Amino acid sequence: MKKFWKNTNISLKAGLLLTVIFLMIGFVIYLLPHTDPFTFNSYQGKLKPSSVHLLGTTSMGQDVLWLLIEAIHNSLLIGLIVAAIGTVAGVFIGLLAGFSGGCLDRVLTVITDTFIVIPSLPILILMTSFMKGTSTVFIMALVLAMFAWAWPSRQIRSMALSMRERDFIHTAWFSGEGTVQVVVTEILPYAFTWALSNFMNATLAAIASESSLAVLGLSPGNLISLGNMIQWARDRNAIFTKQWFWIGSPIITTAVMFIGLFLLITGYNDYLSRKRGR
Amino acid sequence: MIKIEHLSTSYSTINGPVHVINDVDFEIYDNEIFGIAGESGCGKTTLLKALYDIVEFPLVVDSGKLVLSGEKDGKGFSYETGSIRKTWWNNISYVPQAAQSVLNPIVPLKKQFLDSIPKADKKKETKEQILKRIADYLKELNLSPDLLNAYPFQLSGGMRQRVIIALATFMSPKVVLADEPTTALDVVVQRGILMMLMRLQKQLRNTMVIVSHDMGVHYQVTDRMGIMYSGSMVELGKTEDIFERPIHPYTEMLVGALPRVGDKSQKTGIPGRPPALTNPPEGCRFAPRCPKATKECKKTVPLFRQVEPGRYAACHLIP
Amino acid sequence: MSEKLLEIKNVSKSFHIGGMLSKKKIDAVNDINLEIEGVKPVILSVVGESGCGKSTLCKMILRLHDFDQGDIRLLGNSYKDHKGYDPFRFRLEVQPIFQNPYESFSMRKTVDTYLFNTALRLKISKNYKEAENLIDEILKSVGMSLEVVRGKYPTQFSGGELQRVSIARALITRPKLIIADEPVAAIDASMKMNIVNLFKELKDKYQVSFIYVTHDLSTAYYVSDYIAALYRGCLIEYGPAKEIMDNPAHPYTQLLMNAVPRVGEKWDKEFTMPDTEDKEYAITYCKFAPRCPYALEECRKRRPDIKCSADGRKTLCFYPLNSEV
Repeated sequence: MKKFWKNTNISLKAGLLLTVIFLMIGFVIYLLPHTDPFTFNSYQGKLKPSSVHLLGTTSMGQDVLWLLIEAIHNSLLIGLIVAAIGTVAGVFIGLLAGFSGGCLDRVLTVITDTFIVIPSLPILILMTSFMKGTSTVFIMALVLAMFAWAWPSRQIRSMALSMRERDFIHTAWFSGEGTVQVVVTEILPYAFTWALSNFMNATLAAIASESSLAVLGLSPGNLISLGNMIQWARDRNAIFTKQWFWIGSPIITTAVMFIGLFLLITGYNDYLSRKRGR
Repeated sequence: MIKIEHLSTSYSTINGPVHVINDVDFEIYDNEIFGIAGESGCGKTTLLKALYDIVEFPLVVDSGKLVLSGEKDGKGFSYETGSIRKTWWNNISYVPQAAQSVLNPIVPLKKQFLDSIPKADKKKETKEQILKRIADYLKELNLSPDLLNAYPFQLSGGMRQRVIIALATFMSPKVVLADEPTTALDVVVQRGILMMLMRLQKQLRNTMVIVSHDMGVHYQVTDRMGIMYSGSMVELGKTEDIFERPIHPYTEMLVGALPRVGDKSQKTGIPGRPPALTNPPEGCRFAPRCPKATKECKKTVPLFRQVEPGRYAACHLIP
Repeated sequence: MSEKLLEIKNVSKSFHIGGMLSKKKIDAVNDINLEIEGVKPVILSVVGESGCGKSTLCKMILRLHDFDQGDIRLLGNSYKDHKGYDPFRFRLEVQPIFQNPYESFSMRKTVDTYLFNTALRLKISKNYKEAENLIDEILKSVGMSLEVVRGKYPTQFSGGELQRVSIARALITRPKLIIADEPVAAIDASMKMNIVNLFKELKDKYQVSFIYVTHDLSTAYYVSDYIAALYRGCLIEYGPAKEIMDNPAHPYTQLLMNAVPRVGEKWDKEFTMPDTEDKEYAITYCKFAPRCPYALEECRKRRPDIKCSADGRKTLCFYPLNSEV
């Protein structure tokens, strides 16, 4: 473990550090008992930062710091759920299509291609408008996951197609392994490293999608997320009332979180390629 | 001619340097085909890389040097290790192992040929004139000039290798290095390519260095050859002499493993395997596999010295 | 009535090349007929240059590819009978050895995993201990042992050693037929014979037949009982090995014999290299005619007939070199 830390590159170290910090905030600090940050007028509005409210309060009387912590929690949760569904579904469908070939492959490919080609933003706008302003984290995640599985499925399918013809797969079959066993023990390890990289990418993309929808005003109003926070602050003219912390903190947090995830992704890819010998 | 003077190279690894070539010292003359033989891992490819001056980290030259000298178009030239790369394609070129894809798969061959010509020469003629020269050259080598418009992926392995040889010899370099040029190809194509190389050498009257683990190839193609084992040169001399009267026990075994015309007895290969380069034995590295090894052999490394005019070997058993 | 081990009857397979709209076809395997008797084990060498269809033929026998026409029967069971196909029993009867030993095993698994899988999953051994003994015995017969092999990954072996492990794995099920697709192509010239000689020993010890595919005839000489030479998908000569290799009847077999670099006779004759593949496959008359030093008018008009000779061989040629014309 220590050897890994010493030898690995700086992107990976920085990325890991930042991501862990955010995960701590979103899933550990969040669990500390606190009042629901959403309820209006819990406190006096438009307060400047003080020892009681470290980042001040919003014009609706909400504590900015706790709002931020809940936003981080929700955004991360959405990102992770979407990435999990997308990666698992994508890998499963990709392997199924690549390995079975023939009719099943063709049907699955047509479905996958449809989801790749359809532009996601208009559909997402449509779906969120059906939700009519209220939703939960899980439903939001499911909606975003609709588009998260297609591209990974294509990638894994081509990986399965190329691996299918390799000699060691034939050797495994002649050694008595069934098709499912072959896929799990021989192909999945290769797919796993790719899947991990894809998972991190998907998390980033999901948080970005959600934030973009929120800033457009399309995210459900009862869900606190980073995008939503920015949207409400903007809506309530936080810039004009000089409430820098209210609007500034989610923007900076989003930026830093993205940088952290990005460094993690590139650092991990560099680490993998170095392990393989450049 | 090429002088290799006490060359030693090693790879830098996490666990320290791994010596791949140990104090190799010999000469390659003009107008000959020189072969370097040995099993996988004996250092012959590394030696060729050093000859071609593509020594890059983690491969490091520990000591010694190479001198490439000769005459072209009436002018003499001399390059040493480090500056040999300035004369690539012009005075020295390299034909890599057949299995490697050295041609850019998405660039048509026409462009790859043109790219190999140095800028100075390109300015002297128009593009059409150069292409015509290339087409004529291909015809001489029994290759169709249509190939210029093809992409590398459209060609079979044997065809690609022939094109690479054409590319490497187009500028009439004084030295052509070939690293296992036929290893991944079937015997019929192998014969065609080797005969092509021999014909070219007769025409250009230059030097060719051919690395191969197949002694049969050396018998057919080379004039003189050197045999490497675990990083050192163990025997060197005229190819005919080496096959008729091998001196080093390793050479004896290599020659004995080959099928001969008229000899229909069962052949056996060499038992055992070469020592790991990370942990070589003391003394002569071949001693563990040598049927004639003595105590002396296991203690000191034999010197590579001249045993007859034109014949060198490294073995304690030679008087 | 003893049934034949393997019967290949009029088997053909074409590949479609080019994009979806192109009509170009390559007949990788063209109307091949081969038989292996079941009485005693034999080594059949299938020889030819690259592109002759020998690898495709191997894959068809191993059921990794389908064929378009004809039929293959293993121990009397037709490959076309999909209902009667029992994959379990098939793996007990036929096993492969592939060309590149490093490609035959996954880099992420230890090599003994494959050995134990074969012994246990195909129900050769009842438990782990039995499997250990069996594997050790077989490894010893190929010149290795279980303690040398245990726990190691493919990269920890040399090419020759790894190929021996591959052979051992194929022997575990005591198959009737082992298909070895260019097993020594990726191995140093000085080591090749060690492996090929093993085939002969194992044939006698385990009573298993081998189909040994190679482009290098010198390795096939001493060990083969029968030889089949292929050219661009067609079977051009087939029969007892020593007779054919001492006295090739087809000009192409003669070319193959002379192509091996041998000590004692230097190459002097010019010879023609093969042309681009699609052109040669498309020929409807004798496919070897463009390169044949003995080609006559008739050779360029239509496909030759099969001529049988007294010593039991079949040649696809109008004027075989051994005929008394």
